[in-house]
Amino acid sequence: MTGWERFCESFFNAEVMARYLPEIIKGFWVTVELAILIVIAGLASGLALAVIRSLGIRPLNWLIIFTVDLFRALPPLVIIVLLYFGLPAAGLNLSGFEATWLSLTLVLMSFSEEIFWAGITAVPKGQWEAARSTGLTFLATLRLVVLPQALRMTIPPITNRTIAITKGTALGSVVAVSEILGAAQSGLSHAFNPSPLTLGALAYIVLFFPVVLFGRWVETRFAWKR
Amino acid sequence: MDDLLLAFFNLDILRQAWPILLNGLIQTILLSLLVVPLGVLMGITLALLSTVRNRWARYPLIAFTDFFRAIPPLVLLIFLYAGLPFAGWEIGAWGAVAIGFMLNTGAYYGEILRAGIESIPAGQLEAARSTGLTRLQTLRHIVLPQAIRNTLPDLTSNTLEVVKLTSIASVVALPELLFQARQAQSVTFNATPIMAAAIAYFILLWPMVRLLSRLENRQLAGRR
Repeated sequence: MTGWERFCESFFNAEVMARYLPEIIKGFWVTVELAILIVIAGLASGLALAVIRSLGIRPLNWLIIFTVDLFRALPPLVIIVLLYFGLPAAGLNLSGFEATWLSLTLVLMSFSEEIFWAGITAVPKGQWEAARSTGLTFLATLRLVVLPQALRMTIPPITNRTIAITKGTALGSVVAVSEILGAAQSGLSHAFNPSPLTLGALAYIVLFFPVVLFGRWVETRFAWKR
Repeated sequence: MDDLLLAFFNLDILRQAWPILLNGLIQTILLSLLVVPLGVLMGITLALLSTVRNRWARYPLIAFTDFFRAIPPLVLLIFLYAGLPFAGWEIGAWGAVAIGFMLNTGAYYGEILRAGIESIPAGQLEAARSTGLTRLQTLRHIVLPQAIRNTLPDLTSNTLEVVKLTSIASVVALPELLFQARQAQSVTFNATPIMAAAIAYFILLWPMVRLLSRLENRQLAGRR
């Protein structure tokens, strides 16, 4: 058998691929579900924290800044492992799916809070004052004047960060979530052939290549005007 | 409360696990010192290649970059570590991490530097060329220094991500901080080692996060 045949036999084995395709497709939907749940919860809580921070309550802001710094400094895999293997000692049992979801949500919350907050502070103070003096309440000013401008400004960095963090769903395989990578790895060890891994890589390409291209488009579409 | 303290901040267990955790921390730092320069070098190479105005060079390069930005780094790492041996290539944990990180983080560094290079006005290039500098000299002395300076916040942010990412090397049994902590945890059935590792990561990386926070705020405020 030549090297090339052996290579194809290993990585593009049609028979093995056909056998494990259903598992990978199942994993694909787990990844999609996990990613969507992370994006919704992460961005919503990040925006909420940024809005709370704009109220300017000192002790609360310190708490927010510390939390955000904490989840920006810790590697996501460390958080996942800590929640999954550590929390049972505190009487809280999270499934692998829940631990991965919670960890990546906290990470996305922290990164997006930072970006939303930067967007809010980038709106000049004069606009706040002008809006308040026309009789708008604090919340109305935030909702009608500040946030529309701030959010538009933050679209490119938020998009890129969200893509990077949702790719972290692959880390779930470490705590036994059968998302794409988890399914591919169990296929690899059952079949003793890496074709399921090739299939898994393809599944990620199918899922994230359009997302990366979308990110590229967003970057030019909402580019900073100098 | 005492139970919680014993489960997460158990001093006896910390005393036992301390030597291997320290060893893990050193490996994490060494690993970072290996993969960050590799990624930056790869990034500079990709960014310089992207200045070639030839569509046959341009589109394959974009495809290459986007491919490695679309694949989660852990998937790439597992592929290199567990997949390649089937083709007869045993590259080991360090080899897989070095190559995987070079491809993944190189793509990100490359994108950042490319944006930096493109932000330099064309007039500067023309002026440099008309003074007699060659293309490469112009890139080296005029374009790259400014591109790197202009993208410093993004480069720092990416470097923070790369250092954090070294924790995935634990999955391929490279004995860095998280791997050692998990070993200690599975022997002692206690979460203290993982807690200690988390605190070590935080102490190591917090200054960088603070610095970044400032750089980013300034950047966004300046861009209005």
